[in-house]
Amino acid sequence: MKRDKLIGILLMIVAFSAMLGLGLIAVFIFLEGLPIIGKVGVWDFVFSAQWYPAEGKFGILSMIVGSLFVTAGAILIGLVFGLGCAIVLTQFCPRKLVSVIKPSIELLAGIPSVVYGFMGVLILVPVIRDYLGGPGLSVLASSIVLGIMVLPTVTSISVDALQAVPRSFYEGSIAIGATRWQTTWMVMLKGARSGIVAAFILGMGRAVGETMAVIMVAGNTISMPGSILDPVRTLTSNIALEMSYSAGDHRKALFATGVVLFIIIMILNTIALWVSRKRVWKGPRR
Amino acid sequence: MRLSPATSQKIAVTGLWTLAAVTMGVLLFIIAYVLAHGLPYVTWEFLSQSPHRMGKEGGVFPIIVGTLMVAGLGVLIAAPVGVITAVYLTEYTREGKLTAVIRFGADCLAGIPSIIFGLFGFVFFAITLGLGLSIISGALTLALMMLPTIIRTTEEAVKAVPRAYREASFGLGSTRWQMVTKVVLRSALPGIVTGIVLSIGRSISETAAVMLTAGSALGLPQSIFDPARTLALHFYIMSREGISMSKAFATAAVLILAILLINLLAYWIMRRFVAKAR
Repeated sequence: MKRDKLIGILLMIVAFSAMLGLGLIAVFIFLEGLPIIGKVGVWDFVFSAQWYPAEGKFGILSMIVGSLFVTAGAILIGLVFGLGCAIVLTQFCPRKLVSVIKPSIELLAGIPSVVYGFMGVLILVPVIRDYLGGPGLSVLASSIVLGIMVLPTVTSISVDALQAVPRSFYEGSIAIGATRWQTTWMVMLKGARSGIVAAFILGMGRAVGETMAVIMVAGNTISMPGSILDPVRTLTSNIALEMSYSAGDHRKALFATGVVLFIIIMILNTIALWVSRKRVWKGPRR
Repeated sequence: MRLSPATSQKIAVTGLWTLAAVTMGVLLFIIAYVLAHGLPYVTWEFLSQSPHRMGKEGGVFPIIVGTLMVAGLGVLIAAPVGVITAVYLTEYTREGKLTAVIRFGADCLAGIPSIIFGLFGFVFFAITLGLGLSIISGALTLALMMLPTIIRTTEEAVKAVPRAYREASFGLGSTRWQMVTKVVLRSALPGIVTGIVLSIGRSISETAAVMLTAGSALGLPQSIFDPARTLALHFYIMSREGISMSKAFATAAVLILAILLINLLAYWIMRRFVAKAR
């Protein structure tokens, strides 16, 4: 019995490593990034669009705006397609087809982000440039590429949420004469609301945090985007692009960019966790 | 004009199926495009030779070795920690504040962008711990990234083990540890392996974090303290700097094939697991 207790304590120590990892990440990113934010001033760092590392000017406003633009477009696309796939999979799809579509969507999540970026450059960017104007490398291109990339996240969380809606809700609605679509729209989606909101927010987190694909299709110019056809630079691409040749204050400012990104992500994560816990009814336990 | 319920259902269902079809189309298109443009250049020489002139000529042998070492070492570190965490959460403790904290940590870790992992790995493993840009720095960083997935999938697999198994094991007089190792983990093994295989796939496709922690050296790594380049990063550099389109496509084809195989393997293990459970 004593040995069992000891094992339990040992396991507990190991179990804390995820939390420890998270803590270490926060501490080290903040340690490296905060001093430069202090030096430049929080206001000037976040609300100035002047990023001239050689002159000691570090303002990331245009990148924050860039990240927001790109993310908004991506989640719009990701949500429409992801939720659409989730509804088809859970409500209208014969079981045989589910066993084809579901692993395919998981495979979509497994394709490396650099491949998405590459496909974006080869196919999407020329189409946008030739038919819509602008340089092609743009907010729109990034949003479409990221939208495809967040789709699997949105789909898998929405599928879980839709499946968690009690079967009796579905049967009740069908029994009073609603069509399957009316049932899906009015009952199932309402029942799965909190899960779908969580999918929306976690998808946003994915889009904000994606780096390599965005570098390849966004154009990366440091300027305020005026339209969705303008090139932008996001927070993530700023870090990845300049890390290799930065030093001193410049490198610290990149970590500070990481601090802003970290805070955005933690806010999104916390909202998502909170929303998905606040479920009215959890459904029958398996 | 009000649509009848039957008509609106028809419209909605058609729309939804279109969305799903477009999604599947995009997936098939990406895979087919990359394989069609890349496979012709994937020869035995490409797989077995070292790159010359920055990758313009030659093959990707050291890069395959580097990829396997970074991802393999990463999973060797992450798998035991992840499985132990999941076992602790499900078998050794009741739901409470402690498990809530551990779960919060794992959930948040899952949402952190790879570039942040990269920054952290760079400043912590490479500089603070003095490991430099190396395979071990990259592997430790990837291990942190894989941890949440392994915890989550192991937890699900362990929870699916019927209660009766545990009761029978206790009934025979086993300790909790014996019950966990000899009964629960053994019957949850396929589920756990599926999770681990999928996280290997994830770590092979990872680019940003590896770029900042494992470096981008083209030489054949001699030990885990050497820098290395992974396939995904090689592909990025080749295509972005326009070194060689054919070699970039060939690298992408190798990468996509590896991911396909890994996913099929995971799926196959899972199917067998489900079939056995019935």
